[in-house]
Amino acid sequence: MIVSDLTPRALRQQLRGTGLRLRTGPIVTHIRSRLDAVVDGISLHYAGHAVEDAAAFADFSVSVERPAGLRRWISPQVVFSVDGDASFAPLPGDQGFPMLEWGLNWCVSSHCHQFLVVHAAVLERGGKALLLPAPSGSGKSTLCAALAFSGWRVLSDELALLDPQHGYAVALPRPISLKNESIDLIRSFAPQATFGPVVHETVKGNVAHLRAPPDAVARADEPAFPAWLVSPRFSATAEARLEPMPKARAFMGLVNSAFNYNVHGRSGFKALTRLVDHADCYEFSYHRLDDAVRIFDGFG
Amino acid sequence: MDSDELPSTANAESSLDLVRIALREPDRVRELSASSWERLIRQARSAGLLARIAAVLEERALLARVPAGPAAHFVAGRILASAQQEEVRREVTHIADALRHLSVPLILLKGTAYLLADLPAALGRTFSDVDVLVQKNHLAEVEAALMLAGWATTHHSEYDQRYYRRWMHELPPLQHIRRQTLLDVHHAILPETARLRPPSCKLIQAAEPLEGHPGLSVLAPADMVLHSMAHLFHNEEMSSGLRDLSDLDLLLRHFGARPEFWQGLVERSKELDLERPLYYGLRQTQAILGTPVPTTALAISSRAAPRWPLRGVMDRLWSHALRSPHRTTRRPMTGMALFALYVRAHWLRMPPAQLACHLAVKATTRSLDRAGGSRG
Repeated sequence: MIVSDLTPRALRQQLRGTGLRLRTGPIVTHIRSRLDAVVDGISLHYAGHAVEDAAAFADFSVSVERPAGLRRWISPQVVFSVDGDASFAPLPGDQGFPMLEWGLNWCVSSHCHQFLVVHAAVLERGGKALLLPAPSGSGKSTLCAALAFSGWRVLSDELALLDPQHGYAVALPRPISLKNESIDLIRSFAPQATFGPVVHETVKGNVAHLRAPPDAVARADEPAFPAWLVSPRFSATAEARLEPMPKARAFMGLVNSAFNYNVHGRSGFKALTRLVDHADCYEFSYHRLDDAVRIFDGFG
Repeated sequence: MDSDELPSTANAESSLDLVRIALREPDRVRELSASSWERLIRQARSAGLLARIAAVLEERALLARVPAGPAAHFVAGRILASAQQEEVRREVTHIADALRHLSVPLILLKGTAYLLADLPAALGRTFSDVDVLVQKNHLAEVEAALMLAGWATTHHSEYDQRYYRRWMHELPPLQHIRRQTLLDVHHAILPETARLRPPSCKLIQAAEPLEGHPGLSVLAPADMVLHSMAHLFHNEEMSSGLRDLSDLDLLLRHFGARPEFWQGLVERSKELDLERPLYYGLRQTQAILGTPVPTTALAISSRAAPRWPLRGVMDRLWSHALRSPHRTTRRPMTGMALFALYVRAHWLRMPPAQLACHLAVKATTRSLDRAGGSRG
């Protein structure tokens, strides 16, 4: 069963009641929420994702709710809890869906040490993966969204799950998070894309989520070996430029983008050195998405 | 003590501690339903025992049979634990290097000792810091040498500094400025102000050199067990209580294989003024984790038990506290039991007048030091 098989009423009831067991790639998350924004967000962004039955094992149990007490009514807030523990700072009341997304990222990046988790977008074409590691604000998600509508399959927009033993990337298809100017940029670049509502004034500015294309969700169980590693940089002035990057710098970039490199010790070092040895590594600065997509078309 | 029966159907309201069951009777994990596996993984994670349970299951050849969902968490837990163990081994080398020129005896304590001495209690052990013991008269030079090598104190308020330095059994925790690792330097195993005062010189005298690590020692087996008990049953905060109890269980099973160990343990508890912790330690490991303890050792140690009705009350309190701290293991009285043990730990730590002053200061000052509030 997938999320869109549930009627809106059934989905709401499940999220309010026993909870929804939502599969995203290798992870099953048990989600509860009474918030309309969360129900609508899941209905829109996870329409094609599998729903596991009540007896299935869930990796994490999370909820997004209004806090008890006055803050339920006066300038309302939302609280994210993992496993009943609400130790994250509450956010303003309309940020329920982004908070769910950030919370799910946190669950994976702080617990799923069976993977080497790197802050990076991953896309695939012809069986080969393209890794886009980059700090926030570098235009990684914008580029990822543009490629996702230009013949590449998205494995993940935010978290690259690398198998430390074999080196392949496991897909974790989830909505793509876009910020500020990127939102309109992608709206005009890919008019067929499905956007959720823009949420204003989050810690990251204005945020809108974009549903991952159906192909990304349907092929979630197909891993891919990284063949290209590209460190993107959005620049308002520069023409698109793809330049080879020294392997050592590519390696250090991965180390800095990894959430749990320290946890993997020697095997983490081996996995990342093997990755940069086998992948073509580039630095890429770009200004116009069309140019960027054309250059990536040349890969392969 | 507890009816740790597996529920026939998944019952979200039951307060069953599946971690205890997995530690005591690992074979029973074969009966777990998917929803019980979910509870076990969550309870184990919150108790810091994911990797320990994975190791226990592996020893019984049960790990390969764990369903894929929970198995991934065991893999993740073991990777994390082995990273922490590697880090502790590295830190010990750095500490030994920093202190080598002083040639003062350096004794590793708790998990650090279990790990470096390759004891079974290091199986799947997770770490948040390194613990060492030095003689009190060497404390100043040890601290100075550590500072030169990059360790800095963490508690910056004057009160906290004085609290540690005058009353506690350790320096304020040190943190390495580059590696961010934490180090506790002890000069005793209980606070200076505590009711029980095991003499450190006896511990240091009996310490045994660590093979392959010149200059480093660990406590003698009986002392190591008694320290583990003293620490656990004086702790004001029980969130790693079950983890510590499991350490104790593994220590007792390992050292207790030699029959002469038990008599030595009982005698040593008298010399070290630790008869009451020994009573609690033997009784609770046996009751909760099924640790094999000879009847005579149990009988002799129970002479140090509190009188009726306190004896039964303490059993109940420990049974509440020595569980996974996960919310699904809480019973109706658990909150009160934890509070009672918190008060008890403070009561044992300082004389009443001093405790009153300390609590008054803590209530009226808000420590600027981030870590300050949780320890002092």
